[in-house]
Parts: sequence; structure tokens; C-alpha cells
Amino acid sequence: MHELSLCRAIAGIARRHAGGRRVHRIGVRVGALRQVVPETLVYCWSMVSDGTDLAGSVLDVEPVPARLACRDCGHEQELAELVIRCAGCGGDRVALVAGEEFLLTTLDLAEA
Amino acid sequence: MGRFHRHADGTGHDHDGPAGHAPAGDMSGYATGVQRIEVLERIFAENDRTAAANRADFDAAGVRVVNLMSGPGAGKTTLLRRTLAALAGTRVGVIEGDIETSLDADRLAGLGAEVALINTGHGFGGECHLDAPMVRSALPRLPLADLDLVIIENVGNLVCPAEFSVGEHRRAMVYAVTEGEDKPLKYPVMYRCADLVLINKIDLLPYLDVDLAAFHANLRAVNPAAATLEISARTGAGVDAWCAWLTGTG
Repeated sequence: MHELSLCRAIAGIARRHAGGRRVHRIGVRVGALRQVVPETLVYCWSMVSDGTDLAGSVLDVEPVPARLACRDCGHEQELAELVIRCAGCGGDRVALVAGEEFLLTTLDLAEA
Repeated sequence: MGRFHRHADGTGHDHDGPAGHAPAGDMSGYATGVQRIEVLERIFAENDRTAAANRADFDAAGVRVVNLMSGPGAGKTTLLRRTLAALAGTRVGVIEGDIETSLDADRLAGLGAEVALINTGHGFGGECHLDAPMVRSALPRLPLADLDLVIIENVGNLVCPAEFSVGEHRRAMVYAVTEGEDKPLKYPVMYRCADLVLINKIDLLPYLDVDLAAFHANLRAVNPAAATLEISARTGAGVDAWCAWLTGTG
């Protein structure tokens, strides 16, 4: 359960970019390998933001599936489970090209 | 702004548009003027900045730092006791993460290491991992300049510690054969982040049905590059090879 610390980090970034303006919505992009449970993140967000200047803001979670690309045969695949092996040629010279991101992407702010 | 509440139930996304996302600037849901700004900032950025500061301090002091992780009960603290005894002559510091107690730190007393305890429990929920700021807060309690090696014993947990870099040079995890062969598939992110996987409690193998070949296959599936060492913290088997890896001489 590390979603609480993540929410504190999100709050810090949101405040820094909001520059005192009211925050309506926070967009975050979460890769499938980030071990973040979206429901838990949203629940923790209400706990962390409640009673602060960020109260009432909505955390909008955009999940991103994990994707693997093969360096040998070029095959790209979406992963349902984390198996580091190419489904095309069976090789393990593969790179994760998506699924590890954890970004605050956008903020909806009250107009200044 | 009702359309944006849809995600609170965790059902994910159903925005329109090719990227599956509302185009920036579509503020039709808001009653008053709202501006969408693009941020694109990594949420781990602050942790990682502190981890880099920790790493710089370790490097300046010439200390090698290993982050030791495992599930609860895999034998980290028993292994540490054995390790500290075997590393007499190496100046070792231990940063000990524990949610509430000092039990593990107490078990390490008297073995010649400098121990700094971090209790992660506070407020309405203890943290289940060590992060870079927590480790940074412990550094003033260790005489880094006088040490050769610092072992960070993370909180026993197979999920959260994998997410937080603390500035370590290497990551080792302890797997116990009593955990069965499928743990790498159940906790792939943790197994993926390890440089070395210790296979502990091998003295129990005669009494177990665990299939170590299947464990190795499962580990390779999620982390083809991981090194492994078979050890028993109880009997001391394999501890010399582990110590050589720890100190960077193996």
C-alpha cells in the first residue's frame, strides 16, 4: 500500500504547477507494471486532498498496458502477464517499450 | 465536470478520440473557465532526486550500498546476522526498515555493525517500504566515511519496495524455498528489479516438494539477467559467495 506516498508526491507536483490556482482535475498516466491500483489511488487521493487546497479535485487515472518489443525480429506485443520473452521468435532480447510510466500528465486549473 | 468522475470507481477509460483521451481544451463539462495545462512530470521524480543525492553521498564516502528486499519471513535478518559475523574486517552499516518495532535492529546488536533503524509506521497507516527521503533521514546516524559497505534491510514486502529507488548500487532479494516455485510470476516487478536473487533455506529442501528448476524457469521468464546464489542463513552454506557479491569481490 504505497498509494498514500504516491498521492503526496502527486499533490506536491500539482501545487507547484498550479501556482495558487484552484485545481479541478489531475490527469495521471499509470503503466501496468507500476503496481498501482487505480481504485486505491483515487481513494487515497480523497484522503490526502481532503481539507487542503486540493479538496474536491478529481484524480483521473489513465492506465497504460505493458508492451514488449523484440530487438531481433521486431515483433511487438501487449503483455497480459510479465513474461520477458518474444511471442514472435521466442527470444529474450526484448525491451519493455510501455508499462513502466507513472506521470502527472495534465492539470485542469481555474482560469487566472 | 461530471464526466471526469467516472474514473472514481476504477473502471478505467472510455473517453473518445484516437488516444483514448479527451482532447486537451475540451472543457465542456465545466461551468466556469478552466484551463488545461500539460505537465508530463514523473511522479517518482522527487524520490529519484533524493535517491541521486543519497548515491552521491555514498560515492563520495566510498561506500558500496546494497538494498536487501524480500517478503516477510524469508530470512533477511537471520541472513544479516550471519553476514555481519562473516564480514568481520569489513566496516558495515545497516539501515533497518521496519513498520513498528525495533525487534530486527535488536537482533543485529553486538555484531559490530553500525545500525540505523527507520520505523515507517506513522499516522493512519505505516509505509510498507523504504523510500529515498526515509533513507536520507537515516544517513546522519551512520558514519559513512568510516564504512565500506551499507546494507539497507527493506521492509518485508514483495510489492512496494520495488517501486522506490533509495540510491543503492545493487538490489538483492531473498527468496526462501518454503515460498514455492511460482513467486516470480506472482510478484514479477519485485523479481524483475533484483540484480541477485538469494535462494535461502536450502537446508530444508529434503523436506519440501518445491521444484527449484521450475523456480529458475519462472525467474528467467521475468528477469533473464538476474544472478542467483543458493544459501542457508541457518547453516551458513553459500554465505561466503554472498559476502563476496556483497562486497563487490565476487
